[in-house]
Amino acid sequence: MMAEIGLTHYLVVAAILFALGVAGVLYRRNAVGMLIGIELILNAANVNLIAFARYADRGVGVPGVNGSAGLEGQVFAIFVIILAACEAAIGLAICINIFNKFGSIDADRADTMRG
Amino acid sequence: MGLIEQGLLIILLPLAGFFLVGLFGRKLPRQGDWLATGLVGASLALAVKTFVQVTLQHDPFAGARTSGPWLRFAPAEALSIGIMVDNLTASMLVVVGVVSFLVHLYSMGYMHGDPKYVRFYTVLQLFTASMFGLVLSDNLLTLYVSWELMGLSSYLLIGHYFEKPSAAWACLKAFMTTRVGDVLMFVGILILFLHVGSLRFADIFAAVADGRLAGSAQMWAGLLLFGGAMGKSAQFPLHIWLPDAMEGPTPVSALIHAATMVAAGVYLMARTYLLLSAETFLVVAYVGGFTAIFAASIGLVMDDIKKVLAYSTVSQLGYMMLGLGVGGFVVTGYTAGVYHLTTHAFFKAGLFLGAGSIIHAVHTQSLAQMGGLRRKMPVTFITFLIATLALTGLWPLSGFYSKDAIIASAIEFALRHPEHLALPIFAVLAAAMTAFYMFRLVFLAFFGDPRDAHAHSHAHESPLVMTFPLLVLAALSLPPVGGGHGNWFWIGNPVPLRGEVAQRYGVATAEQGQAKVSTEHGQPVLTTEGGVAHGEHPAADDPARRAHTMAIGASVTVLLIGFVLAWLIYIRRVVDPRALACRFAPIHRLLVNKYYIDEIVQAGVIRPVMALCRLVARADLWIVDGLVNLTALVTRAIAWVTGRADSHVVDGVVNGVADSAMTAGKALGRLQTGQVGTYLTGGVVGVVMLAGFVFWVLAR
Repeated sequence: MMAEIGLTHYLVVAAILFALGVAGVLYRRNAVGMLIGIELILNAANVNLIAFARYADRGVGVPGVNGSAGLEGQVFAIFVIILAACEAAIGLAICINIFNKFGSIDADRADTMRG
Repeated sequence: MGLIEQGLLIILLPLAGFFLVGLFGRKLPRQGDWLATGLVGASLALAVKTFVQVTLQHDPFAGARTSGPWLRFAPAEALSIGIMVDNLTASMLVVVGVVSFLVHLYSMGYMHGDPKYVRFYTVLQLFTASMFGLVLSDNLLTLYVSWELMGLSSYLLIGHYFEKPSAAWACLKAFMTTRVGDVLMFVGILILFLHVGSLRFADIFAAVADGRLAGSAQMWAGLLLFGGAMGKSAQFPLHIWLPDAMEGPTPVSALIHAATMVAAGVYLMARTYLLLSAETFLVVAYVGGFTAIFAASIGLVMDDIKKVLAYSTVSQLGYMMLGLGVGGFVVTGYTAGVYHLTTHAFFKAGLFLGAGSIIHAVHTQSLAQMGGLRRKMPVTFITFLIATLALTGLWPLSGFYSKDAIIASAIEFALRHPEHLALPIFAVLAAAMTAFYMFRLVFLAFFGDPRDAHAHSHAHESPLVMTFPLLVLAALSLPPVGGGHGNWFWIGNPVPLRGEVAQRYGVATAEQGQAKVSTEHGQPVLTTEGGVAHGEHPAADDPARRAHTMAIGASVTVLLIGFVLAWLIYIRRVVDPRALACRFAPIHRLLVNKYYIDEIVQAGVIRPVMALCRLVARADLWIVDGLVNLTALVTRAIAWVTGRADSHVVDGVVNGVADSAMTAGKALGRLQTGQVGTYLTGGVVGVVMLAGFVFWVLAR
């Protein structure tokens, strides 16, 4: 019996993505890997946003209700994508600087802030 | 110029000289000796003027005095000081002036080429100024100040050759010995101030006259003042400093022994005469009489020419004290004592300066090395002989009158009070000894064959600057102008005596028994028994007249005996003096060793004092220093404890706070790994926990 693919599936996929992203951020030593982890987290959030936009109770985000165009979820996702682009730009710039400073992009070696 | 201003000037001139010569002497031509001598000469001129104005008036009340408050210690009370000039002062001024001036003059020759020439003249000036100040004081305070200044000057002058240990010791001895007397005198002054409230002689005498000062206070004051006089005037047993003081230059000896230092004690007694009680007079008389014979006996055997003269001085001072002492009971005594002081000053200064002239010529003080000098040094010989004859009391030289007056007073006193027979015997025996030792001195020095050919061949007469003072002093020892007892120096009654007052004012109430002071004509007057003045030609059976006759007989007899003995032994050589010394070896030894007084003092006073000093030093070292050290130790211990507390407790707290902050910082710093992963892990864990909490809250 194949259950209909519903919101839960999306949420599970998003949670798995989020967990992978978090694990990537936490356990990757490569700064670029960490950035990729962050992308995964953001996109997990995007999946959630789109999923909720599709399956949410009709009310908020329904076209014609309360002046809404019914596209809030998608718009949020696009904002997140823009944000992610910005974040990637800044993050890569940081990576280049780390490389210039420490001769590698291994995040663990950038520990001069250690107490 | 009034008498007071004149008196002040007499003091100030030599005092100015003291500063001028002392400060600029080295820069002045001839090192300033002319300045010093000139200033003393000016003082002498003023002194003579004062003498003419006062003493030659033949008025017992002549003179002037002035005084003003000096130290106020209560609105109504003040310590007054001032200047007084009366017959006694005027006479003393001349004596001091003449001798001091001649000594200054003489020293130009005697001290010529001395490396400490300036120092010598400087101190000589101070000495003269102090003595002038002493006799011009109208109170015991400035008198005492002058007295001490003189002690200082004598110390400096006796120690002039301080490179010589003997001179250094001699000046120390003189200073310390007179100090004993000075302390007694100071206590006496304090007693007087306590009972009278003033130190002016006039106030003290008034207090005696109206009975405020009487009884034991009066007696002790008098005795203590006499203690001071004993020190300065070298009375037994405080005479020990005087022979040793011969270590000073000979002109200094002349000044000290004739006019200044030793005269001060006699002067003090004469000045404070009216406050002395009958007991004090007796003590003065006996101490004086004993000193006279005691010192004369030592003089018999001394070999050092200056030592002979020194003991002669002690002996003559004893005479003066004897005269003053019996003067409390016999009318002539006072005049006799003071008169002898003045005559003695001149001939003794002459003798000392003569001795200085001899020493200058032969460079030795030992009589054993002299002899036959009379042809080599005619002026010295003649003047020395005149002074000797005056001292031994040959008629009609000055010493005859004064000495005869003292012996007569002593005899008269003994005639009235036979229990005091010892006093005239002392006096007469001492006169015999005086004649013997003085002629011995003259014979050994000037007659016979030269015993030291070398010294004799080099001997020569001294220069005029030295012989001139000798001539003047010899002239002053010649028969007094007008002749007769007491007339030349009408010492009269500086503080009028009973007899003179009776004569002048017709007061004739003779108090029998002892001396009394009463007030007449606003001035205190001493009353003595036998109120008959000397000049009144009393009846033949009067004790005074009999005493006079006996005194002349006795003194002429003993003079002849002394002379003949000395002549037989030292000129005719009938008996060898050495054989004589062996024959009476114990006595001779006793005399040569000066009755072992120095040894007795050494054993009885100096040793115990030194022992006491050592004891005190020990106590100081152990007890006082011990206490100090103990205090230091305790302080150190406390400091150590507080130091430890400080470094451990206080610093410990501070360090503990810092350390704990440090440790906490280090521990917390561990968290700061600097690794992004760690932080992120923390963040995630935190979010998860927060989420768990939120769900837990919502689920409830």
